[in-house]
Amino acid sequence: MTARTLYDRIWDDHVIARQDDGTCLIGIDRHLIHEVSTPQAFEGLRAAGRRLRRPELTLAMPDHNVPTINRDKPIEDPQSALQLKVLEENCRDFGIEYYEMTAPEQGIVHVVGPEQGFTLPGVTLVCGDSHTSTHGALGALAFGIGTSEIETVFATQALLLGKSRNMAVRVDGVLGRGITSKDVALHLIAKIGTAGGTGHVIEFMGSAIDAMSIEARMTLCNMAIEAGARAGLVAPDEKTFAYVKGRPRAPQGADWDIALAWWKTLKSDPDALFDAVIEIDAATIAPTVTWGTSPEDSAPIDGAVPAIDADPVRAAAMGKALDYMGLTPGTPMAEITIDQIFIGSCTNSRIEDLRDAAAIVRGRKVAASVKRAMVVPGSGLVKLQAEAEGLDRIFIDAGFEWRDPGCSMCLGMNPDKVPAGQRCASTSNRNFVGRQGPGARTHLVSPPMAAAAAITGKLTDVRTLEAI
Amino acid sequence: MRPFRSVTGIAVPFGAKNVDTDIIIPSRWLKVITRTGLGQGAFEQLRADQANIFDQPRYAGAPILIAGENFGCGSSREHAPWALLDMGFRAVIAPSFADIFSSNSAKNGLALIALPQEAIDRLLAAAQDGTVTVDLEANQVTTDAGDRFPFVMDAFRRHCLLEGLDEIGLIAQREAEIVAHETRLRSERRWVGVQ
Ligand code: SF4
Repeated sequence: MTARTLYDRIWDDHVIARQDDGTCLIGIDRHLIHEVSTPQAFEGLRAAGRRLRRPELTLAMPDHNVPTINRDKPIEDPQSALQLKVLEENCRDFGIEYYEMTAPEQGIVHVVGPEQGFTLPGVTLVCGDSHTSTHGALGALAFGIGTSEIETVFATQALLLGKSRNMAVRVDGVLGRGITSKDVALHLIAKIGTAGGTGHVIEFMGSAIDAMSIEARMTLCNMAIEAGARAGLVAPDEKTFAYVKGRPRAPQGADWDIALAWWKTLKSDPDALFDAVIEIDAATIAPTVTWGTSPEDSAPIDGAVPAIDADPVRAAAMGKALDYMGLTPGTPMAEITIDQIFIGSCTNSRIEDLRDAAAIVRGRKVAASVKRAMVVPGSGLVKLQAEAEGLDRIFIDAGFEWRDPGCSMCLGMNPDKVPAGQRCASTSNRNFVGRQGPGARTHLVSPPMAAAAAITGKLTDVRTLEAI
Repeated sequence: MRPFRSVTGIAVPFGAKNVDTDIIIPSRWLKVITRTGLGQGAFEQLRADQANIFDQPRYAGAPILIAGENFGCGSSREHAPWALLDMGFRAVIAPSFADIFSSNSAKNGLALIALPQEAIDRLLAAAQDGTVTVDLEANQVTTDAGDRFPFVMDAFRRHCLLEGLDEIGLIAQREAEIVAHETRLRSERRWVGVQ
């Protein structure tokens, strides 16, 4: 048999049927659902009189619309309230397990899946959300789908798909002090562009990836979609198995042994061919911050807003972005003042992210010029864990708001928005025009960098703060 | 999905180019929970103008829309084809369509017919006072004034439209293979189904 990549292996293992044109019917093992992209899929099922084929393989929770305060009171926005109510009713009618907004297990789907052991190595996992790529950190083939496809998975637990190409991103060497996988992701996207991974599944490999924690790998795979890739993957290793073992939905007993034996085989063959290979030296990566309105518009914190490009098309796009961001070429990144801090989102709201940020915040105060600094844990369990470790006190004492879990200011579908014209250092994944609210200016950063910005009131090289 | 073989009727001679999904259905409609009823929000901004083409009595109930190039560009929202179908359209004829909009339309049984700009110009004129026929079985668009424009559509997409096969319908034909896959999973990887 020809050498195969990890993606090839998981794909082959889930092929139910192959059409003449190469399109494959792929079996789906796991389906996460939330309130925004599913109502019409359920409606379609009802209209056609169809059942859910495998309700036990689906897990539901609200995350996009949920408020992050006053959870005991009714949701004020009637449309948000209705989307939640409809999800709950649909789950009841179709027999899907549902974590309600106030359940401790509730959170952002991409935080909760791995946390519950719902996400497992070698499975196919889908969700009506592009950042489903996150789950690839455990060696699951995970990708976002549209509403019609959600309905298809409901009815058939399978999807008709064309296969993507293979890309390897190899990061070797040791990351510097204060550098996180978020910086690796932003560095990669700056290097290959937001369309660099289009049509590909990216497998991350190399000594720097091996050295990363599972949560750090999640941050990296989460951002694979911002590089245009269909999915991100990391081959499961001993760290993965240790992470999964004992989680509520993970296999147990004899099932665990069978699963583990198979998971250990899940890697790319040494001579497997990739359609594209990107190599990065970990030592060259600095804390990275975006200055524009696309995740590829970034610079090292010790750099500056770049000069306008010579290429006229690129120059026009840059001009528009800088105009929106209220920045001029040549401005040192570390001189950009910040109004809002958001630590949260499916990219960076796990316990390690909060620990990293708290380590910088401890014993310090949020700068008086910062109008709001907010921490939104990724799940109720992350929140409880952080409180058990006293992280909430560190944040609150410094002047941060400590909120309930959800997508929050990542996209502002709930009341958490960045006011027009204000500048936010955000640990989320998209700095698109208006993403955090109409007119909002987003700078994507790592959790320690967001914490550093909160303390000084401007974008700050976290490496200069740590010594204090 | 409702099969699409041939549709004859009034066509709205809209003709606008680069109509994006925000124009077809504004983002505030994304908080809805049904795919029906979106016709109300379709072309909302354009229809705020009393004299808009869509609400002229002579085009009431038209099943065909004639548009300009790059129709459906912008976001991936499936709400765009849902809104058009809810307005009563079964087919859109234009010189070109955006990628994601095309696949979303195909999944919902909305026929997208690509014809050269000269044909579109002629159809825009003919639609003023006559009917248009989109015949998918014969691969042609005709008018009651005697025009005839052949078109080409991706074979798989055409097959699905003609037979009314949505993805679920198509996959249902593979039931035996799905069951075989599930059986294999149960014996080799029982844990996938246990949580
Ligand atoms: S946190 Fe942001 S990116 Fe992640 S699922 Fe929610 S809205 Fe999407």
